[in-house]
Amino acid sequence: MWKYLFKRLIQIVITLYIYASIVFIIVYMQPGDISQIYINDPQIPPEAREALLERLGLNQPVHIQYINFMKNLFTGNLGISFSQYPRPVWELIKERLPRTVALFVIATLLYFSLGFYLGKLIAWKRGGLIDYSATVIGVVLFTVYTPWFAILLLWIFGYKLGWLPIGKFNDPLLWRQYEIDQNLVFGYIVGVGGAALLFLFVVFLLGRKLYLPRALRWTIHLGALGLVTAVIVYLLWSTTIGLLARDILYHMILPAITVTLIAFGGTMLLMRDSMLEVTREDYVLAAKAKGLPDKAVRDKHAARNALLPVVTSFVLALAFTVDGGIITETIFSWPGMGLLLLQAVLEEDMPLAIGALVFTGIFALVAHLVADILYAFLDPRIRYD
Amino acid sequence: MATAPAPPKSPTGRHLESPWRARLRLMRRGLATNWSLFWESRIGPIGLFIILFYGLLAVAHPILMATIWDPEIYDPIIGYDPNPGPAWHMEKVNQYLVPKHPAPPSAKHWLGTDPWGRDIFSQLAYSARAEFFLGVMAALITVIIGTLVAAVSAYYGGFVDTFFMRLADVVLLFPVIAFLIVLGGMFQLNMYSLALVLGIIGGFGGITIVLKSQALSIKVKPFIEAAKVAGGSHLHVILRHIIPNLLPLSFLYMMFNVTSAIFSEAVLSFFGILNLQMSWGMMVQMANISGYLTGDAITKAWWIFFPASVSITALCAAFYLVGRGLDEIVNPRLRKM
Repeated sequence: MWKYLFKRLIQIVITLYIYASIVFIIVYMQPGDISQIYINDPQIPPEAREALLERLGLNQPVHIQYINFMKNLFTGNLGISFSQYPRPVWELIKERLPRTVALFVIATLLYFSLGFYLGKLIAWKRGGLIDYSATVIGVVLFTVYTPWFAILLLWIFGYKLGWLPIGKFNDPLLWRQYEIDQNLVFGYIVGVGGAALLFLFVVFLLGRKLYLPRALRWTIHLGALGLVTAVIVYLLWSTTIGLLARDILYHMILPAITVTLIAFGGTMLLMRDSMLEVTREDYVLAAKAKGLPDKAVRDKHAARNALLPVVTSFVLALAFTVDGGIITETIFSWPGMGLLLLQAVLEEDMPLAIGALVFTGIFALVAHLVADILYAFLDPRIRYD
Repeated sequence: MATAPAPPKSPTGRHLESPWRARLRLMRRGLATNWSLFWESRIGPIGLFIILFYGLLAVAHPILMATIWDPEIYDPIIGYDPNPGPAWHMEKVNQYLVPKHPAPPSAKHWLGTDPWGRDIFSQLAYSARAEFFLGVMAALITVIIGTLVAAVSAYYGGFVDTFFMRLADVVLLFPVIAFLIVLGGMFQLNMYSLALVLGIIGGFGGITIVLKSQALSIKVKPFIEAAKVAGGSHLHVILRHIIPNLLPLSFLYMMFNVTSAIFSEAVLSFFGILNLQMSWGMMVQMANISGYLTGDAITKAWWIFFPASVSITALCAAFYLVGRGLDEIVNPRLRKM
């Protein structure tokens, strides 16, 4: 196992190196550079543009730039953004990351739960009306033309009904009354949400492992759920940060629902296929023959074993939340990582574009490893040696 | 007079059929079974009908242009209709009746006209051909590359295998849309180059991993050993024994790749990155840049972006559904018990 881990880590470093090189080459090959933005500005003469190039190190030969870039990358220095000079790339990523992570982690949790639940259901009722309709609806939403769908939802809920805000993640009129950093609020949302989920998970796990009587277990579960809800409601409605967090969450509803609707189909179909394979296994037949209730066979014997591929894809999806969604973020003008990357690419901001791509790359590579390890942990038949 | 040699007799006394005919009969029987499985999946045929519908649309466009449509009016790119229907479609400016575009759907323009006075239905049908071309082309390139790479890396293993698998990891790391935006800045991407780029990215990406795991399970089958013992070269084993057994799965993934290619085109067009005259994505983008996707304007001229958006969704979903239908044939574990 350790040997496997070591081998994989070395492979990750090599893969990352190749990936960063390809990113560098592709971004470098783009025509023009940052100084071209000022080409139409008569205030900035050619000499000033050349001075700009010299100061940013863009007039050096390619290989020197490449070596400098690699040296900096492996010492954890992603450089300084050109378009938002002199802010370091790290600072920009740190600023954008919580927004994207908060939105997309919530959306990912939502669509995976929905997809898992529906997939379980339609596989069990295979061939029924619900199976066909859920599959067709899931596929159509999965392949829907995202910009159009998001704009329609925006128009219906934001414009026509006026229930939800149109774009952006906060209400400036509210925020300017308080001098509180937006990222602090995002940090609280992610932190409190994560803590609540962890607490609930531990309580549910303990409840199962301790073999308590059914009634007591349910009381504990409901109590924990009530406690968490009460604490969250208290935090949201009593503090200033809670007020601002409510504002953010209010802005988050529509994008989160859109992402959920678009993405749940994939998880649902994955779960359905996995379920269909498991239901052919002998132990499911044995459980049925034992006379267990249908629901118990479905939930305890089939669904848990069918969960494996879904968990793997969940880990990968979580890793790609740092990437954000360029389409979603553009339509909802949600200034997260996706928009940062798009903006960097369009403005030829090389360090920022490379930095954002490499950063998401590291996440994805590590997530691949975590998914593999988790797979071996969940399915003892798999051994790495 | 020489008599023709009598056909060989089988042990039961009946005439043996020629091997070609036997093969044909088996193929027909296989096709019939597969077709009934595909039909029973129910979702597959839905997709197939939608694809057929758009296929007919694509075929109908040049015929309509050559026969009943006046090219001056109905040309999808440079057409203009100075008289888009009844009087209430016209606007009065200084006593003169001036055509009002976008004009709503009417008998003359089934799906109305766009802000520049072009017929939407003509644009839709004209673009259908390009979408089919792009989707099928990109998917074909993906599948050819993916199948070859998977077969080779499963057969040889070792360094070749590691190389292609890590390459797939690297390709999977790229946020495809962002990458294509960068590429769109470097090259003028049109349908051909876009199909090529999407095909290559897809071919070295996730599809190789899936196909390789299938190729690995084929590689350990006894007939591969038998082919090697009989003196088959590496190339022979790969081309005649591994790849034909991979093809059903490749074909299945081709359907999913058609979906992603059409979708990518539509999204990139929406961002205004592709160099195309007309496509479904461009139709939505043109509605967007002329302001018909913002605020209340959505209700003013729904017909200029609804047909294209619905078509993108429908065709993407159709290929995906066909893929799901084929899945039940290729993947016996999904069949009904």
